[in-house]
Amino acid sequence: MGPLVPEVIGNELNFVVALFVGIAFGFILEQAGFSTSKKLVGLFYGYDFTVLRVFFTAGVTAMIGVVALNHFGLIDISLVYVNPTFLWSALVGGLIMGLGFVVGGYCPGTSVCAAAIGKIDAMIFVGGSFLGVLVFAEGYPLFEGLYKAANWGSPRIFETLGMSQSLFAFLLTAIAVGAFWAVTLIENKVNGKPNPEFSSKKLYYGLTAIALVIGLAAFVMPDRKEAMLNQVKDKNYIANYPVKMITSDELAFRLIDDDKDLQLIDLRSPKEFDAMSLPKSNRFGLENIFEKDVHNILSIKHKRNIFLANDEAAAMKGAILAKELGYENVSVLKGGLDQFKTDILNFTMPSQTAGRSQADTFRFRTKAKELIPILIQQNKLTKNSGEQKKSKRVVGGC
Amino acid sequence: MNSTKYMNPYLAGFFLGLILLVTIYITGRGLGASGAVKSAVVATVETVAPVHTSNTKFYKEYGEEHTGNPLKNWLVFEVIGVVIGAFISGLISNRLKFTLEHSPKIKSKIRIFGALIGGALFGFGAQLGRGCTSGAALSGMAVLSFGGIITMLAIFGGAYAFAYFFRKLWL
Repeated sequence: MGPLVPEVIGNELNFVVALFVGIAFGFILEQAGFSTSKKLVGLFYGYDFTVLRVFFTAGVTAMIGVVALNHFGLIDISLVYVNPTFLWSALVGGLIMGLGFVVGGYCPGTSVCAAAIGKIDAMIFVGGSFLGVLVFAEGYPLFEGLYKAANWGSPRIFETLGMSQSLFAFLLTAIAVGAFWAVTLIENKVNGKPNPEFSSKKLYYGLTAIALVIGLAAFVMPDRKEAMLNQVKDKNYIANYPVKMITSDELAFRLIDDDKDLQLIDLRSPKEFDAMSLPKSNRFGLENIFEKDVHNILSIKHKRNIFLANDEAAAMKGAILAKELGYENVSVLKGGLDQFKTDILNFTMPSQTAGRSQADTFRFRTKAKELIPILIQQNKLTKNSGEQKKSKRVVGGC
Repeated sequence: MNSTKYMNPYLAGFFLGLILLVTIYITGRGLGASGAVKSAVVATVETVAPVHTSNTKFYKEYGEEHTGNPLKNWLVFEVIGVVIGAFISGLISNRLKFTLEHSPKIKSKIRIFGALIGGALFGFGAQLGRGCTSGAALSGMAVLSFGGIITMLAIFGGAYAFAYFFRKLWL
């Protein structure tokens, strides 16, 4: 599951990745014509919309790709860097950058690219950007207020706008295609003649078809996480879903037996978990099941994953999500931790027993009642807190 | 020899999108450019005036967020790659040439002055806006970041708003 850094690809190797990504990035920017200011500013005067075409196509391609990777559970989006929103600095900083664009003719990435092929104006632009950063650094106390104002965290735009991810992805794709049509018309008008490269109707029918397919794909790939979380809210769905059960007695036996394949998944709150938790247990919430850290726990081979919560129904939700996500060996503690407490931890011998096997069970429970609390105590001493070590979101941005 | 034609913009955009997607899948972060300039500035000031960096707020905050040498930074390596990649592209397409490109209607001095001021404004704005066209706008769009898309709208909106006043530089 992505991102591959830092587990599959180490932090040092990541620098090598950066170098190769940069080579590909620089190559494409130059091939697209981003190494000349004439082409870049054409966007703002209507004679050349290359920048818009490249930029929008790239953005939509990558966006749909991220949506798809997320949909198929190939990337943990909660670990991916999402640029934070500081409303005012984004707006004011953006306007200043826009001014810099029309005055200087480049943006930082394209200036580096143009300087690499010998554009002297681009080299000067790069020099200028050093000065700009230096001014910001030296005058930081003056700008800090604006820089840190209106911190909204890292919201995704569809959340802020209150729509679904698929609808937004579709709208953005539609806007991009509309823009491609419109800018060609503007370009032809400004230049007084059609650009032969874009005069072909076929190209546009092709583009529109591709975009429609992409847009539709965005619709059939709704945010899987949300859809699945909604599904497990349905009581009928849960009741009819086949999940293996494990009884309190069997669990107690396996705990005492120190079964190495046993792995408990505790879905209660961190507070409850810290107050009392069984040995061999990991705690996380329903939402975390989609994340990479949990993926690493649940995908350990030969482990029997037993989901538990205070009641059986809550644990069922987690177990169903896990099964739907393709994890194997999933069971649920029958009757939940409440039943486990009644059966084992707070067991009181009834005055009457019906039959021999029940007498055996009661004898076992009496023994387990003494042994399990000791195990719980030992486990608590070795583990400081219920909060597992969590992978951190990647730090990125410019 | 004439330089070869530029790539079809939609094809180039598609490739660029794939590069960005692969980058996000592997590293969990997008592309960038202005961050490398920041690293270089911090490294330079640290070398030239170490006392100054240790008692100036900006460098102290930078030091808290980044450990080690500021040049040992993902974006620095990426931008070195950009230089190499663009050079290779220029080489195979016959576009390697030292030129000061400007509109025939303006003097080179004006172009130099414009590039310097424009670069400074962009560098400054990218610090304030936490990213430039690559780091905030393009990468932000890929992960549907609200902040990234707002920055993108402000950059292009700003450029259109100011374009009229600087038309003599280009047309």
